[in-house]
Amino acid sequence: MSAAQNSSRNPHEVPPSQRAVLEGPDIQRALTRIAHEILERTKGATDVVLLGIPTRGATLAVRLAERIAEFEGVKVPVGALDITMYRDDLRLRPARPLGHTELPPGGVDGRVVVLVDDVLFSGRTVRAALDALNDVGRPRAVQLATLVDRGHRELPIRADYVGKNLPTAKSETVKVYLAETDGRDAVVLLKEEQR
Amino acid sequence: MKHLISAADLSRDEALLILDTAEELSQVSDRSIKKLPTLRGRTVVNLFFEDSTRTRISFEAAAKRLSADVINFSAKGSSVSKGESLKDTALTLEAMGADAVVIRHSASGAPHRLATWVRGSVLNAGDGTHEHPTQALLDAFSMRRRLGRLEGLKVAIVGDVLHSRVARSNVLLLHTLGAEVTLVAPPTLLPVAVETWPCQVSYDLDAVLPKSDVVMMLRVQLERMSAAFFPSAREYSRRYGLDPDRFARLHDDAIVMHPGPMNRGMEISAAVADSPRSTIVEQVANGVTVRMAVLYLLLGGAI
Repeated sequence: MSAAQNSSRNPHEVPPSQRAVLEGPDIQRALTRIAHEILERTKGATDVVLLGIPTRGATLAVRLAERIAEFEGVKVPVGALDITMYRDDLRLRPARPLGHTELPPGGVDGRVVVLVDDVLFSGRTVRAALDALNDVGRPRAVQLATLVDRGHRELPIRADYVGKNLPTAKSETVKVYLAETDGRDAVVLLKEEQR
Repeated sequence: MKHLISAADLSRDEALLILDTAEELSQVSDRSIKKLPTLRGRTVVNLFFEDSTRTRISFEAAAKRLSADVINFSAKGSSVSKGESLKDTALTLEAMGADAVVIRHSASGAPHRLATWVRGSVLNAGDGTHEHPTQALLDAFSMRRRLGRLEGLKVAIVGDVLHSRVARSNVLLLHTLGAEVTLVAPPTLLPVAVETWPCQVSYDLDAVLPKSDVVMMLRVQLERMSAAFFPSAREYSRRYGLDPDRFARLHDDAIVMHPGPMNRGMEISAAVADSPRSTIVEQVANGVTVRMAVLYLLLGGAI
C-alpha cells in the first residue's frame, strides 16, 4: 500500500517496487533536526568540523553545514574523509577506486569532529573512519551523525545523531539517493531479490 | 590487472584509474603520518639486476607507505654472482611468499618471463631497452598536474630513443591517453621500425620545439655508446641539447622533463634543468605517489 502511495506522490522518480521510507521533505526535516542537535550538544558548534564519508556522507556534511550557518550564522569547516584504504574488507573484492579526501584548512587537531555518513549498518565503515582520522590529526572528540541507522551492528559503535532509525532485515539493502549525486532525495529499502 | 609489464597493456580507463588514484594518494605525502595500512602483511620484493637509485628507492618508499613488507635484492652480492639463473631466483622468491616482484633487468622481456614463473604480481621497473611503464605513468601524471590535461597535448621526446625504455613506454601510454608524441633524435639513435610506433618522428629539434607543450629530454646513455652513434658529444649537444637559447623558443606554458639521471651540459643545460618550468624534481616526488597507486591497484584487493 505504501508503495502505491509513493508512486502517486512521485510518479517518475521512485519505481513502485521500491518502498521509499524517507522522501525528500522527510530527509530535509531530519537534517534540520540533526543540525539543531549538533548546535545544542556542542554549545554553538564553535569548534566543530564536519567530515563526510564519500560519496553521500560528504554531501550530507555540506548540507548540515549550510543549515548550521543558516540557524546561528556559524561557519562550520566541512570536509570529506575517504576511508577506502582503511577498510577491513579490501581483500574480499578487487581493488576499489578511491574517494576524495579533503580536509578543511584548519585541520582537525583539537576540534570536535562530527563524522557524517548516510547509512549506519555494521559499523565497520565508522571503525575505518576512526582509523583514518587518527592518521590525519588528533581531534578533541569525535561524534557520529547518520541519516539512517538500520541496525545489525558488528562492532561497539553507536551514532550521536540519527535521522531515522530504520528496522531492517539483514538481507535487505538501504539505498540513499541525494539530489546532488542522484537527481532526487529519497531513502529506499530494497528487498533481497531487488538488489 | 594482475601484472604491469608494458604500458601497452593498460587501457585508457585503467591508465586514468591509476592517475586518479595517484591524485588522491598524493595528499598522503603532505601529511605528518605518511602511511596507510592498506598493504599490511603483503610482501613486495625489489629484484634489481641493474643499478638504480631513484626507481628502487621510489618503489621501496611507495611499498612502505602502504605498510607492505619490503625485501630488497640486488644482483651484486647475491647468488646471481655465483651464476644462479633468473628462474631459480624467482622460485626462491616464490617460496618466500612474495606477493609482488618489482624487477629491473638488463634483458628485455625478463619481467614477461618472470610472470610465468611466480604466482604474485610482476611490476616491470625497466627491462633492457624495452619498457619502463611506471616511469611513463609518473611522466603522464606530472604532465597532467602541470598542464591540466593530456588529451591533445603535444609532447616531444628528444635524444637517445634507441636505448630508451622510457621513450617506448611513454609513446605507448601517451598515445593511449590521447597526447601527440614526436620523437626527435639523430637517425642513428632511432630504433628499427620506429615508423610503426604511434607517433611522429623528426630529426630537427628546432622545428619541433615551438609547437611542443612538453619537451622530454632523454639521457645520453654513455655506457651504451659503444658504436659511433654520433661524431662527438659536443656535436650531439649542439644539435639535440636543450640549452637556454632553445629553451627561450618554447612557448610560455611549456614544461621540460627528464627521467634522470641527467648529464648536465650534454642533453640539458644546468640553467634549463633548474628553471621553474622544469619538472625534474617533481617527477621524483610524483614517482612515489604513482607507484603507490600501482601497488594498491595490483595488491590492494582480492588477489
